[in-house]
Amino acid sequence: MEKIYMDNNATTAVKPEVLEAMLPYFCEQFGNPSSVHWAGRMVGGAIDKARQQVADLLHCSPAEVIFLSCGSEGDNYAIKGTADALKDKGNHIITTAVEHPAVLETCQALEKDGFEVTYLGVDQDGSLDLKELEAAITDKTILISVMWANNETGNIYPIEKIGQIAKKHKIRFHTDAVQAAGKIPVDVRKANVDMAVISGHKIGAPKGVGAMYLKRGTRISRFMHGGHQERNRRAGTHNVPGIVGMGLACELAQQSMESDYKYVRALRDKLEDGILSTIPDVKLNGHPNADLRLPNTLNVSFNYIEGESLLLFFDMKGIAASSGSACTSGSLEPSHVMGAMGVDIVLAHSSTRFSLGPNNTEKEIDFILQELPAIVQRLREMSPLYNRTSPAPLSCDECRMVSCSH
Amino acid sequence: MYTEKVMDHFSNPRNVGEVENANGVGEVGNASCGDIMRISLQVDDGIIKDVKFKTFGCGAAIATSSMVTELAIGKTIDEALILTNQAVAEALDGLPAAKMHCSNLAADALHEAIKDYKERSAAA
Repeated sequence: MEKIYMDNNATTAVKPEVLEAMLPYFCEQFGNPSSVHWAGRMVGGAIDKARQQVADLLHCSPAEVIFLSCGSEGDNYAIKGTADALKDKGNHIITTAVEHPAVLETCQALEKDGFEVTYLGVDQDGSLDLKELEAAITDKTILISVMWANNETGNIYPIEKIGQIAKKHKIRFHTDAVQAAGKIPVDVRKANVDMAVISGHKIGAPKGVGAMYLKRGTRISRFMHGGHQERNRRAGTHNVPGIVGMGLACELAQQSMESDYKYVRALRDKLEDGILSTIPDVKLNGHPNADLRLPNTLNVSFNYIEGESLLLFFDMKGIAASSGSACTSGSLEPSHVMGAMGVDIVLAHSSTRFSLGPNNTEKEIDFILQELPAIVQRLREMSPLYNRTSPAPLSCDECRMVSCSH
Repeated sequence: MYTEKVMDHFSNPRNVGEVENANGVGEVGNASCGDIMRISLQVDDGIIKDVKFKTFGCGAAIATSSMVTELAIGKTIDEALILTNQAVAEALDGLPAAKMHCSNLAADALHEAIKDYKERSAAA
């Protein structure tokens, strides 16, 4: 059975060139870059090079790049570090209801410590109202945090415009650029961003390495205490192979961004058009204007079907995708992003994400389009919500309450 | 994460659909939890002659629905009423812990259908 991987927003395969570049840093150039001796000196240059490669992708100075363990660490550091450093200035943070949990849960944790957080809503397309954002600013606002692109829908947020608003009001601006980096241009200076977080494993580097842009002069409290690595901003021995891999992955992404965009988008558009035109009762989740979404992401809800069932049937055909259903998120609620967009609860449980990459082929798209209608129809025939005449039990009030607690 | 039996019942579910001329129908679950199960049955002389299911839900929800129909068919309604969700899960060689609460409602749906049958018979 052919294996088709369309879950690149979850993680990507390490690019062969990246792995090759990393290999010398395990057994041969194994030194700790903080050491003064030959073994340490052997690897110092590698970190500098990677820092430059990351800086080139983000359009900043290498001195403004901090290496971390992952995107979540970066979001935690940016938000908690700012909250602590600026707590005398104010206690209000503005973010959105569609952020990654690394941002949302960090903000929720700060609420317990006395911070106030505004979670901006989105419309049915997932778009923000920038007037609402600006109106939410108070004299206590210390941080605006808005993701560059959404992991579930691929929606791209107007980071440059938000950057202008932040600059006008002199408020620090953090963006989770994990999904955007490498797929679309991310220019942190042009966008007036103060902090931007990216993750290696989303762009062909291994898991366990991330990076953050921290604008020169930005006051932030340390998150990881210990050694003096990363100019005292992030303790912990450098993950040298990971950092080397991350650097090269950034360079490769930068080199092929335009061609990848065109190639991946053509495949995604074909999949999108094919699904929407051949399968009835399918809803596109995300902005209807494909220019306002990442080129690789397609999120659709196949009405009447629960997402995990669909993924299991896909899996039997070798197709790897993901879903916003409660069953796949490990919680009892479907995707918070679908909820924020006002997507009907059944449709939220049905939401299915295909996230493509440059390794996908048109043949794979054809295969999915060929297999999908029968899978969807089979599950619909099994569903009590399909072709239903009586009203469905759509809320806990309308049907027998069941134990929904863990 | 699922046992072979769960995957067997999920990929080849038994007794899918609606029993024609059903004399008992039960539905449990709710859309917010992501699982709705509907059981229809034909009871004759106190014995479940036919039973079918329709389920909106995850792999575990579909597999438990399929399994409960196999377990219930041919049983008296009293025997079927003592069938538990736990027993259905055990017949599938177990379910992941996270699925035990929300996706393991098939016996409840069966019991609802039997209750419906009893109410209809009492009314007749």
